[in-house]
Amino acid sequence: MSQKKPEKLIDEKGIRYDGRKLGEMRPVKIEVGILGNADGSAYIEQGKNRILAAVYGPREIHPKHQALPDRAALRCRYHMAPFSVQERKSPAPSRRELELSKVMREALEPSIFTEYYPRTAIDLFVEVLQADGGTRCAGITVASLALADAGIPMRDLVSACAAGKVEGHLIVDLDDMEDKSEGADVPVAYMPSLNAITLLQMDGMLTNEEFEQVLNMGIEGCKQINQLQREALKAKYTAVKEAGAEKEEEAEEEATE
Amino acid sequence: MASIMAAKVRAKRVAQLIAGGKRLDGRELNNYREVQIESGLIERAEGSARVRLGKTEVLVGVKIEIGEPFPDTPNEGVLTVNAELVPLASPTFEPGPPDENSIELARVVDRGIRESKAIATDDLVIEPGKKVFVVFIDVYVLNHDGNLIDASALAALAALVNTKMFNYEVKEGEVKIKPGYKPLPMRNYPVAVTFAKINDQLIVDPWLEEEQVMDARLTMAFEKDGKICAMQKGGYGTFTTQEILEASKIALQKAAELRALVVKE
Repeated sequence: MSQKKPEKLIDEKGIRYDGRKLGEMRPVKIEVGILGNADGSAYIEQGKNRILAAVYGPREIHPKHQALPDRAALRCRYHMAPFSVQERKSPAPSRRELELSKVMREALEPSIFTEYYPRTAIDLFVEVLQADGGTRCAGITVASLALADAGIPMRDLVSACAAGKVEGHLIVDLDDMEDKSEGADVPVAYMPSLNAITLLQMDGMLTNEEFEQVLNMGIEGCKQINQLQREALKAKYTAVKEAGAEKEEEAEEEATE
Repeated sequence: MASIMAAKVRAKRVAQLIAGGKRLDGRELNNYREVQIESGLIERAEGSARVRLGKTEVLVGVKIEIGEPFPDTPNEGVLTVNAELVPLASPTFEPGPPDENSIELARVVDRGIRESKAIATDDLVIEPGKKVFVVFIDVYVLNHDGNLIDASALAALAALVNTKMFNYEVKEGEVKIKPGYKPLPMRNYPVAVTFAKINDQLIVDPWLEEEQVMDARLTMAFEKDGKICAMQKGGYGTFTTQEILEASKIALQKAAELRALVVKE
C-alpha cells in the first residue's frame, strides 16, 4: 500500500523517481458518461488518481432560499473516499475539502452559461476514489467533462494541471510524493480557447521569475489535458452515433423484410 | 430582482470610475487604505494584535498550549489557524459553524505563515514525538468592510511578533511553568496582498463596495526575501497570464510596505 520515499525524487539527468521527464505528465485515461442516474458523468485516471464526477441539473433547487434570481446556482462538492488515502480519512467533510469545493466551483462557473437557467441548481459531485496528488486539478478536468456530458451550455472546457518546484527543478503534474516534498505547488485551471485562468493557488516558495515559468508550464499542461478531454468527449459521442446508426440500419432492414 | 438591478448600476459606476483611474473612496488603483496596527491588547492571550484597514477591523489572538505533535512531524510544534466571521461584524454574517468563506480565510492566512516557515516550529518541541507547543492563531473579524484576507494576515503576523512564550522546565516527564517570558521564535514575516479585478482592471485592497461588484480576486503572499509563499484566486471571473504577472510585481512592492509597518528592522 505505502511507498517508501526514495532518497532523491529527481536524479542528475533530470529524470523523476517514477521515470518521468521534468515536463512530462502522468498517463491519463478519461471516460465520459459512465454513470446511469446522473445527467452527466465522467471518470479520470491520472497516475494513481481515480476520480468520478457526476452532474445533476439544471434542476429544482432545495432549499429554495438558495435560488438565484438571475442565474443557476452551481453547487460543488469535492469529497474524498475514506479509503482513498494511506490513513483512513473520516468521511465527514474536512476544512480542506470545503475549501477545495469552493475554489473548484469558482474554477468551473466561469465556463457555464448559468444565466440560461435562473432559479435552478446545477449540482456537481466529485468523488476521489484514490488520491495521488493533484486531485483538485484532475477533479476540475473530470468535472468539466461531466458538465459537458450533461449537455449544459458552456463557453469552453476547463482543463487543470499543477506545476511546481521539487529539489530545485521546475516540474509539471506533481504526484503525492513530489507534492509533499519541500518546494512549491501551483495548481492552475485554464480555458484554452478564451486564454483565461479560472483557478490559481500556490503553496511553497518561488521567486517571481520562477513563478512565471511555473505558471507557463502549468498552462502548457492544461493545453495537453484539453486535447485528452476533447478526445474523450468525441470517443463517447461518436460511439453513441455509431450505435444509433446501427439501430437505424436494423430498423430499415426489418421494414424492407 | 430590484436588488440585482441596483447592484448592476453600482457595478457600472464603480467600473467607470476605475477605467478613469479613480475609485469610489478617492484612492488610486494601487493604494491601500489607511493601516493602523495595535499590538498586545488582550492580556490573557500570549500574543494579540488589531489591524484596521480603513473600516475593516480584525483582531487576532495567539494562544499557546502543550499538546501532541502530528505523527509525521514528531520534531515540530503545531500551528493551527482558525477564523471567525463574528456576527457583529456584518449584517451578512450569521452565527453557526464556520462556512466556506471563513474556512478559506483561515486557510489562506495559514498557508502564508506555514509555507514561509514564519514560526520556527522546530524550536517548539518539548519531548520529540510526545510533547510540543501548539500555536493557535484565532482570527476574529470585528468589522467587515472588504479585504479580510490582507487585514487578517497582517494582524496574524503582528500578533505572532507580539507573542511571548512562557518559560518552562521538564521534571520527571512533567512540564513545569517557570516565571518569565521570551518571544516566540520567528524566522520569516509573510504578508498578503489582494487584488480585485473589476472590468479588466486590477485594483489593490478592494473595500466592500468594490468586492461586491468584482469579477475575481487574487491574493499573493510574499515572504521577507521577496519570494511568493502563497496564492489564492477567488470569485467567478478569470485572469490572464499577463494580469497575474503584473500583479505579482505590484504585490511584491506592496508587501514590503505593509511588512515595514509590523517588523521594524
